Amino acid sequence: MTKVLVEDKAIVVPGQVLADGMGFLPAGAAYRDNDKIIALQLGMVNISGRLIKLIPLKGLYVPKINDMILGTVEDITMTGWFVDYGGSKYAMLSGRNYGGRDDGRIDDLSTVLNNGDVISAQVFKVIKNNTVDLTMGGPGLRKLTNGRLITVSPPKVPRIIGKQGSMISMIKDATNCRIIVGQNGIIWIYGPDPEMEIVAIETIQKIEELAHTTGLTDLIKEFLEKRVGKKNVQ
Amino acid sequence: MYNERFDGRKSDETRPITAKVGIIPNAKGSAMFKIGNTVAMAAVYGPRILYPKFLKSPDKALLRCNYNMMSFSGSGERVRPGSSRRDREISHITEKALEPVLIVDDFPGSVVDVYIELLQTDAGTRCAGICAASMALAHAGFKMRGLVSAISVGVVGGKLVVDLNNQEEHHEEGHTDCPVGMIARTGEITLLQMDGFATPDQIKKMVESAKKACEQIEEIQRKALLEAYEVAK
Repeated sequence: MTKVLVEDKAIVVPGQVLADGMGFLPAGAAYRDNDKIIALQLGMVNISGRLIKLIPLKGLYVPKINDMILGTVEDITMTGWFVDYGGSKYAMLSGRNYGGRDDGRIDDLSTVLNNGDVISAQVFKVIKNNTVDLTMGGPGLRKLTNGRLITVSPPKVPRIIGKQGSMISMIKDATNCRIIVGQNGIIWIYGPDPEMEIVAIETIQKIEELAHTTGLTDLIKEFLEKRVGKKNVQ
Repeated sequence: MYNERFDGRKSDETRPITAKVGIIPNAKGSAMFKIGNTVAMAAVYGPRILYPKFLKSPDKALLRCNYNMMSFSGSGERVRPGSSRRDREISHITEKALEPVLIVDDFPGSVVDVYIELLQTDAGTRCAGICAASMALAHAGFKMRGLVSAISVGVVGGKLVVDLNNQEEHHEEGHTDCPVGMIARTGEITLLQMDGFATPDQIKKMVESAKKACEQIEEIQRKALLEAYEVAK
């Protein structure tokens, strides 16, 4: 007989017992300890069928292949760059993965990307010890000039982007800003005027704060209408 | 014989506890833990690049704690700033108390920094520090097998008491102070120290009463972590 000890959509803390018995399977950040299912992280419970899934509310970015991330060039070596993407170590961007060129002829890599340059790049390869290899050979991957960067908690990135990018395109349309959201929680914002950039930042911070609630799209729409003064925020 | 406690508490009663998370926006996770007049704050940074490099481990991140009493924190005399032998010992035992619950296999070769600052001290600082640090780690979103709760128990004037304050720690009829840290759900002990004398029977009783107190503390820690999200709702 399995007893579920938490409600659906409840917020739980590490070490909390979610269910007692063998009738359910743990998923996400939950694990099984003998016949109990235990939470491993601060998160929200999602019960569907016979699955108890724990979705982390806060957490750290774990790189996955094909993720688009933003980072800052921190160091230049003979063959590539080291990029700080907010992870536990620097990611490697090899010279040959820059712009998809297999070009050994660049004499000085600092003429291409210098220390402090911000780039958008794609995760090309991850090996077990969390070493990340990046590539810039994809559409839209480039060096970012102008604009400003903000950092949000990585688990909240899906909420900021929204279903099929609905949330982020709403912000883009309302504020006329260009926004790039990296999966690692670093966001680049560049707008026609600083005030609109600030509105975009405030909106994103509001989403981050309220990411675990329902009815977020309507709330953000209302917020944007109030701040931008436009009736047709979509 | 020490029959009535200085502040009128029952022998198994802790001082009033308040806890809060998210007090330091710059940190990845942060917490405040107040027990009586002892106030501890903890901030978590990382996982980030580890220097010096020789401390690197190829299979997991290093947990590095720093315990510090603020210069104005004591009950009169200025605490000399900077690391002392006592600070280093407490930093070390805090690491050992938190390591068993923390799962940092995903970030090998990096470091998780935990800074514990004591704003005000009235005994039981290492326990308050551990409670705050474990909340801050959970708040930062680290994977943990449970929250670590800690409390000091002891024998004052021949009587077993929970959560000694500074006055009791200096009782003239002799005092034994035994900080206990544990995962309240499983009862696994992660910290056990003792100053003074106690019989084996007394030690057993002390650990038992510490478990009861830790269960209460864990509930307070849990509520504090949830509160951060209920306010936002």
